[in-house]
Amino acid sequence: MLDEREQRLVAGFQNGFPLVERPFEAIGQAIGLDEADVLDGLRMLKEKEIIKRIGVVVHHHELGYHANAMVVWDVPDARTREIGERIRATGLVSLCYLRRRCPPHWPYNLYCMIHGRDREETAQRAELITQGCDMQSCAREILFSRRRFKQCGARYF
Amino acid sequence: MRAPLHEYDLQPLDLRLLNDFQHDFPLDPRPFRRIAARLGIDEAEVLERLRRLQASGHISRVGAVLRARRVGMSTLAAMRVPEERLEEVAAIVNAIPEVNHNYEREHAFNLWFVVTARSAARLAEVIALIEAHTGLSVCSMPMEEDFHIDLGFQIHG
Repeated sequence: MLDEREQRLVAGFQNGFPLVERPFEAIGQAIGLDEADVLDGLRMLKEKEIIKRIGVVVHHHELGYHANAMVVWDVPDARTREIGERIRATGLVSLCYLRRRCPPHWPYNLYCMIHGRDREETAQRAELITQGCDMQSCAREILFSRRRFKQCGARYF
Repeated sequence: MRAPLHEYDLQPLDLRLLNDFQHDFPLDPRPFRRIAARLGIDEAEVLERLRRLQASGHISRVGAVLRARRVGMSTLAAMRVPEERLEEVAAIVNAIPEVNHNYEREHAFNLWFVVTARSAARLAEVIALIEAHTGLSVCSMPMEEDFHIDLGFQIHG
């Protein structure tokens, strides 16, 4: 968890950097820090791996990825790490998470986001991952996205 | 006012802005000047193009992507919403600041959203609030492990 100063920083930039010449100065003004403190803070959060990456965050749909799906598997607990590593190695998915199941309605624990230009490509990738990572015996489902009601950066504070 | 950008009229410079700066955004007091130097254009043009890409929806934001589990508590939630209530329920969910992604998916569980809050208590409160306001139950699947895949996206013109 974050200390008070880190929370203040995250609150300052969680909605994105302002598109102005000196964005870090602008963020600093809003949260009572100097530009240099904001920059140091960002470096520190990156170093501590609280920040995953810094840069342009794109909307996939607007960029031609129209067949986006969440693919879920029910993977034996003993194999989760091995499978996670193998999925990473395929280079086919943009996000991969392990989540707690929600029985009895939802038995799945492994989640991947697959972004494709059409449904066929996306379904094919899901199949490649299933085969390539030896998950043929795992129950699975593919949930294509329909409407996006909201997508923004997380707001914590 | 310029017409909104569409996939087919992204210019080569827009594609470079979208593709080349998803990681390692310059932590410099004048980051857009650094980007401009790499592209051989001036700072004002970088800012102008980024503003347009944001206005047209190609870019969600320019900023930092956080590891949710290092900052607060986060969960993926799913609801089975009767088709005729989907927009009404989606609007209730969207109105909550702690919700940062909300998608319709093709499944009996047809509404999926991410809730991120500063504490487990607040997270539970938000879920309870949604259940109270909609009269529907929410399945919550908290993250247990993030396999840290973050490829970014290659966009072709």
